[in-house]
Amino acid sequence: METLVNSLLAAPPWLLASLGALRLWYAVPLITSVSLVCAATRHEEMGPILVHAFRFAVWIIVFMGVVLAVIQLLSWLQ
Amino acid sequence: MANPSPDGATAVTEIDLKDPRLAAFLAWLVPGLGHLYQGRTGKGVLFFVCIVGTFLYGMYIGNGRVVYASTTDVFSRQFLERWQYICQIGVGLPALPAFVQTWRVESNKAPLLGDNFMRPPARAPRQSEDRTDPSHTVHHPDELAQWNYEQGEYFEIGTVFTVIAGLLNILVIFDAYGGPLVIMPPDEKKNDNKDEATSAA
Repeated sequence: METLVNSLLAAPPWLLASLGALRLWYAVPLITSVSLVCAATRHEEMGPILVHAFRFAVWIIVFMGVVLAVIQLLSWLQ
Repeated sequence: MANPSPDGATAVTEIDLKDPRLAAFLAWLVPGLGHLYQGRTGKGVLFFVCIVGTFLYGMYIGNGRVVYASTTDVFSRQFLERWQYICQIGVGLPALPAFVQTWRVESNKAPLLGDNFMRPPARAPRQSEDRTDPSHTVHHPDELAQWNYEQGEYFEIGTVFTVIAGLLNILVIFDAYGGPLVIMPPDEKKNDNKDEATSAA
């Protein structure tokens, strides 16, 4: 365990950033269920539900991407 | 429910909501059950899979500890210490064992289904091994601090999953009670705005 921690501390920043990015995968099931449930409360047939859910999921991802970019920009400016 | 038909006109699909209050209660009790009662099977299954799946995944990430009630006295200030449970209870039956566990702990009885399952944290100070160096001891002000230390960000991620599952089920309850929220096509919206402007003039 100690070796792992030491090797992580000595790792280059891009590797640590990619490890941090792994946590973003937790957003995938969350975005899927949120978009499906929200879409299903606005339509009754499965076809429109899936179309609406896909568009809503894309909208969430773009919104999260913009927020991430703004935060990243602010951290660079700091 | 408005659906555009092939000729461009807006068709209306009637939905038999049966007893909306009973459907809303069933939708709270088990996500999707209200829709199954109304015969809206596809949506019922979709809601059940999405919401219960999100809730259970959050429980799995949080090692079963992220859903708990601070106390059984819902009107006390102490109940708000774990305000996330108010959102989690929106998922209904899957979150109710936390209330039973808290009642058992307050009655000095052993919690059911193991030590990790929806049990409230103890308030007494705790000690644990250092995560990076087991030869050192870490002192925690209470058991909740120990859980946060041991699980790191997964405690928060699990909490977020279970809270969102509970909040999503509130949308589902409204859908079972009143049917889907109608989205007006853009043409109708424009016509409505024109009508309002004309009447205002």
